[in-house]
Amino acid sequence: MLRFVIRRLLLLVPILFGLSVALFAWVRALPGSPAQALLGERATPETIKRIEELYGLNEPLHVQYWKFLVQAAQLDFGSSIQTNRPVTEEMLDRFPATFELAVAALVFAVALGVPLGYFAARRYRTWLDQVSVTGSLIGITIPVFFLAYLLKYVFSVQLGWLPASGRQDTRIFDAEHPTGFYVLDGLITGNMPAFWDALAHLVLPAIALGTIPLAIVTRITRAAVLDVLHEDYVRTAEAKGLARRVVTRRHVLRNALLPVSTVVGLQFGLLMSGAVLTETVFAWNGVGSFVASAIFRRDYPTLQGFILVIALLFALVNLLVDISYGLIDPRVRVK
Amino acid sequence: MNGKRRRRLLALALAGTLAGALAACGGQGGGGGKDVFVFGTGSEPKTIYGPYASDGETFRVVRQIYEGLVTNEPGTTKIVPALAEKWEADASGKVWTFHLRQGVKFHDGTDFNAQAVCFNFDRWYNYTGASQSPDVTYYWQTVFGGFKKNEDPKLGPSLYQSCEAKDPQTAVITLSKPSASFIPALSLPAFSIASPAALQKYGDQLTISNGSVQYTGKIGENPVGTGPYKFKEWKRGDRLVLERNDEYWGEKAKIKTLVFRAISDNQARLQELQSGGIDGYDLVAAEDIPKLRDQYNLLEREALNVAYIGFNQKKKPLDDIRVRKAIAHAINREALVKSKYPPGAEVAKEFLAPAIEGWTPDVPQYEYNPDKAKQLLAEAGQTNLTLEFWYPSSGGSRPYAPDPSANFQSFKADLEKVGIKVVAKGVPWTPDFLGAVDSGKAQMYLIGWNADFADADNFLGVFFQAEQPRFGFNNPQIFNLLNQAEQETDPAKRVELYQQANKVVMDFLPGVPYAHTKSYLVIRKEFTGLKADPLSNEVFAKVSPA
Repeated sequence: MLRFVIRRLLLLVPILFGLSVALFAWVRALPGSPAQALLGERATPETIKRIEELYGLNEPLHVQYWKFLVQAAQLDFGSSIQTNRPVTEEMLDRFPATFELAVAALVFAVALGVPLGYFAARRYRTWLDQVSVTGSLIGITIPVFFLAYLLKYVFSVQLGWLPASGRQDTRIFDAEHPTGFYVLDGLITGNMPAFWDALAHLVLPAIALGTIPLAIVTRITRAAVLDVLHEDYVRTAEAKGLARRVVTRRHVLRNALLPVSTVVGLQFGLLMSGAVLTETVFAWNGVGSFVASAIFRRDYPTLQGFILVIALLFALVNLLVDISYGLIDPRVRVK
Repeated sequence: MNGKRRRRLLALALAGTLAGALAACGGQGGGGGKDVFVFGTGSEPKTIYGPYASDGETFRVVRQIYEGLVTNEPGTTKIVPALAEKWEADASGKVWTFHLRQGVKFHDGTDFNAQAVCFNFDRWYNYTGASQSPDVTYYWQTVFGGFKKNEDPKLGPSLYQSCEAKDPQTAVITLSKPSASFIPALSLPAFSIASPAALQKYGDQLTISNGSVQYTGKIGENPVGTGPYKFKEWKRGDRLVLERNDEYWGEKAKIKTLVFRAISDNQARLQELQSGGIDGYDLVAAEDIPKLRDQYNLLEREALNVAYIGFNQKKKPLDDIRVRKAIAHAINREALVKSKYPPGAEVAKEFLAPAIEGWTPDVPQYEYNPDKAKQLLAEAGQTNLTLEFWYPSSGGSRPYAPDPSANFQSFKADLEKVGIKVVAKGVPWTPDFLGAVDSGKAQMYLIGWNADFADADNFLGVFFQAEQPRFGFNNPQIFNLLNQAEQETDPAKRVELYQQANKVVMDFLPGVPYAHTKSYLVIRKEFTGLKADPLSNEVFAKVSPA
């Protein structure tokens, strides 16, 4: 197992190297230059040239890349062109927000998707099954931004039940944020109004972001449970006269959850990186919305730094999934 | 009831309670707290320090905390006293004496006086290194040109020469040549006076690392000015909070706490207003104007911009005035502005926006008249004319031209009606389009201008005071008039000169101005007092509960 982990970690090096090259090239292939984005429409070609000289943007690409690599190795990604703050500082500020949202979306997806999938399989080809299959198809195909606006329109604008955007009501001035996870912070500091408020702000974005994973988890669970239900050992267990509850818990769910856990792990990585639309629509101050605006402003340092770190996280989560796979299913380890 | 069903019911009940609790805690402000005003902006400031800023979102915040020597009267472009009660120039037009307001204190308790004024000006003039980068001190370089020691020879000599504190209430600023746009330019939040003590304490140093500039000095996070609001806190990405300055020398702010919240998405800003999360916002999308008009206070900003078709006279036959006039008569500006522009947009008569002093209705007009256009082309012997028409195919949306491609299509159809063949040159805004226009490569092109500050020099001076590759003409009459106007210190005479220049320019027709566009902000009806400002420098101290 240890050798497996080490090998996987070493494999990360060429992956990240390749990615950084591709990323560097892509960012520079975006039309327009950061100098132009900085200076706006009034900039003359001379001032643009001056800016490019000043920031080394006129140097050959391989020189720029080498400098980037050397500094990135020291976790220095430069400063964001949007905010003039170090990219690493921006990251530390924004990851908790995205993490909090991703966890909430995942909890929503799993807490709802596993039971839904299970009952759909149990009631195979009944109306409940049809509803869950159709529902998850809609869930996968519905555009995230459309769903987000729809949720806001219904629950914020029309019904006024939930806040429309942000992580905390702007009029709450006494909330402290020791961890950056607002819901958790409310609990830690014992500020219950802040806790409820942060939780309320989390609901709609978590549903919007969690809908695709919900649909996927439902489908995977349903398929996995259906598979297991047809296995001989389940039939045997049922034939033995075991209570259905026991069969479900010991034999069906335990075996069915294996593929589900894999998917959940992958989904988490996707959620971390795929929050761009949701965060923008809900003015959620996380990584996603920052990267989205960085693209518009040709904020090279931010794009390079953030995407590289997100990729690293993605790779690490995958690694964890593989390891957990081995832990859950002894057969994997034996192989 | 068996176990399974009981558990399911329990889960349902739990979910219901949770949903109920959440709904109850939804925190629907609904404009409730009248002591707090929350305003939604498009993005966050970069740093709350005027001299290092050139963007509207930074200026919006700077304007509430800081003041300059002069300002524009809220809602208009008229220059009025701020920290200077009055000012005058000597006969040479180079030495300006500012008589300062007495009894003004910075938020840190230190005195505002002539030393503080000179401290700020000298600091800007002595900037070195990264501070001379054009994206950092954009407005200093626009208005004053260079620094004491230019690190780039292209910067040129500085308009600023020195500042002397004659006595605590009198500051004398000496320029290297007369400039009448100096005073209007001083109303820019970029020339806000900061507390010298705070500047020394926090610093305004910059460094450059890994392809970007970084503020190592912390004055931008600890702003100390003399304005009606004091800085309280800035939680980046969340909110920026200002508190009323109860020691303010002038009329005190009505609302105790002013909060700015950046919401970049148009639709998200609208929904946040509708659900009560914010009390108002800027950058109202054109399509939202009708539905907001009834329920909210919709404030209209005077247009301080111009969209125009530019001609490069180096590219024949655009050097022929008959051809330029033919084009002006061929295009249907009225129809375009009516069909493709947001409400409030108007057809431009000249290169100056109507809100700017110097604008005159009395300029040569070119009404839509295809027959006259054909006749002029025939006179010029250009019955088979082909023109390259450049426009930004992407990334060119600006307030003065929300959809440049649509404008191009409309003009192209107009031109073809009078027999001009159009070669479409649609390229991305940067670098291709701007590059082609600025280098003089584009023959005819769609472009425009947003004012930096409300002065005719910021339009006509920028365009036509000297020979420019984009226009490619040399007309000493126009150049001289504009030079004279820039150096004229008598405001009345100056206005006359610009009016005269407008007539000459429109007669010479270096391009065809076609639209001025308004922009909008919206606030809840529970609040009044906010005046839309043509330069987007709204004064929030005027906001009060209705």
